[in-house]
Amino acid sequence: MERLLTYKAAINEAIVTAMRKDDNVIMLGEDIAGAAGREKLVGAWGGPYGVTKGLIKEFGDKRIFDTPISESGFLGAAIGAAMVGMRPLVELMYVDFSGVSFDQFLNQAPKLRFMFGGQVTVPITVKTLMGAGWRNAGHHSQVLYSLFAHIPGWYSLAPSTPHDAKGGLLAAIRNNNPVILFEHKMLYNVTGNVPEEDYELPLGKGEIKKEGKDITIVALSFMVNRALAVANKLEKDNISVEVVDPIWLAPLDEEIILNSVKKTGKILIIDEDNPRCNMATDIAALVATKGFDYLDAPVKILSPPNTPVSYSPVLEEEYLISEEKIEKAVRDILE
Amino acid sequence: MDLNKEKLLEMLKHMITTRYFELSVDRLYREGKIPGGCHLGYGEESTGIGVIAALDKTDYVFSNHRGHGHCIAKGLDLNRMMAELWGKSTGYCRGRGGSMHIMDVKNRLMGTTGIVGGGMPQANGPALKSMIKGTKEVSVVFFGDGASNQGTFHEALNLASIWKLPTIFVLVNNHYAEATPIEYACNIKNLADRAKSYGIPGVSVDGMDVLKVYEAAAEAVQRARKGEGPTLLVLDTYRYAGHYVGEPEGYRTDEEIESYKKKDCILNFKKYLIENKYLDENEYKIIDENAKKDLEKAIEFADSSPLPNISDIDTDVFV
Repeated sequence: MERLLTYKAAINEAIVTAMRKDDNVIMLGEDIAGAAGREKLVGAWGGPYGVTKGLIKEFGDKRIFDTPISESGFLGAAIGAAMVGMRPLVELMYVDFSGVSFDQFLNQAPKLRFMFGGQVTVPITVKTLMGAGWRNAGHHSQVLYSLFAHIPGWYSLAPSTPHDAKGGLLAAIRNNNPVILFEHKMLYNVTGNVPEEDYELPLGKGEIKKEGKDITIVALSFMVNRALAVANKLEKDNISVEVVDPIWLAPLDEEIILNSVKKTGKILIIDEDNPRCNMATDIAALVATKGFDYLDAPVKILSPPNTPVSYSPVLEEEYLISEEKIEKAVRDILE
Repeated sequence: MDLNKEKLLEMLKHMITTRYFELSVDRLYREGKIPGGCHLGYGEESTGIGVIAALDKTDYVFSNHRGHGHCIAKGLDLNRMMAELWGKSTGYCRGRGGSMHIMDVKNRLMGTTGIVGGGMPQANGPALKSMIKGTKEVSVVFFGDGASNQGTFHEALNLASIWKLPTIFVLVNNHYAEATPIEYACNIKNLADRAKSYGIPGVSVDGMDVLKVYEAAAEAVQRARKGEGPTLLVLDTYRYAGHYVGEPEGYRTDEEIESYKKKDCILNFKKYLIENKYLDENEYKIIDENAKKDLEKAIEFADSSPLPNISDIDTDVFV
């Protein structure tokens, strides 16, 4: 049975499902309940955007932990707990805050299993909010997922639909490795069909969100939405765009990308992360090295300017990759 | 004190074994047998052994880069430790980690770390599990005076204090963070005062006296098991070794090192044990000789062990 849920609600449902079925799943984060310690008011927020509303009421304060503003502290505690059999979900309120806890992301969670010769597993999941579009300015609008794809030992995904968000988070929580799930702010209130039952996305498998034959667009997260809007519009002009959503950044579904380029011969990669060394450059390298013979045109990349995100709406809109820019790029390639 | 003769002699054995382990590693590194850098703790054996003597086997220990003594006290196998330092496949981490990443999950030695202050947040993890499940295991983390200036110290102690976690923070103050003296790097004289910021007990201990260390640790463990929360133990001690083997010394005087050697923790413990009739010179000699033999066996084991297969280079990144 399917019904329409928002992306936020799909995330909430995934957490509830995981926590009901496994007592070892715990959650830590800032204000995920709100009013911690105040008996009558506890649970006031359920997260700054209400994503975790209701959780502390159902699961109590030995499963849902509001934390002080100590990202290294609580992420590290979660890593330690994971090593001894708990299954923590940590909310990093904004991906931009990974800076203050980066040692745990870089040197701890992803390396411990390997450096200790396989003696431990670290089944930790981090979910974090990213992306521009909310006038949150430079410290609350970054994407940064490429930094984490770069670190060996992390799995990561950036679901673009409510369906993928629920299945992706369940897959992440139940995976025995460190996994990061990137939620884009602009997707929070997007609705989509979400099955009621428990289901998990398969690890490292992307999806063709729209089939086409003239050109491949590879996009992640919110950019998938924009690519689909453009693809639907261009259909009326008899231009057939295939939209490939890898969903997972690591492991990356190379096959789905290469097969699509083989079919269409042309590729446009849209990536909202900073332009130097981002997922688009990684995928472009993949196509250039393993799919060169399929190409009828050079690889094209759309990324933001090489700057922090500005505050003023006119500047932030220019930063984000608009549907107009995407349409122009497609038409340019097809000429 | 509830230490019986068997336990006391075990502590002595661990201290002597650690001393010989460290000195052997120093020699072997200089001989080129141990390929990677090691951070040795001869001189401060009483700190690790004293604290761990107050723990049960099911308690967790998070160690740091100067952790061989912690490993030995926690009951790790000398052979597998030595093999790990030699980078052999028979080492605890199959040669993946070396000195700074020894780990034995069965003995709950939850890793040594190369990042100063890296272990403190993680030590709250098993403590959090005990709190959630209502079990009695405590979690101990060793770190130095240098690490107590790292942000993770603040975050970890604060978090442990608000949730009353059974975490015991052991600050091994050997007065130097690499080549930088503690009186330069900290504006306060008494590091135990830092505990006041978190509303938790801060206990200063003569770290050269293994029994005083044991006593303070035992009290902290009791508090933790009763649900009274974390403690900061500050153990005043000294390392004769440099920060790492082969470092260009020169940041401390020979007089200072000699003055601490007069308070040597092993010799003083031996004196106490003999005066209190727990052992005589002959028995001491036997323990000493056995420790030497154990080291020889460990070196032999490491030497004759195979190197890792290069096909092993990418196993166990993921489950």
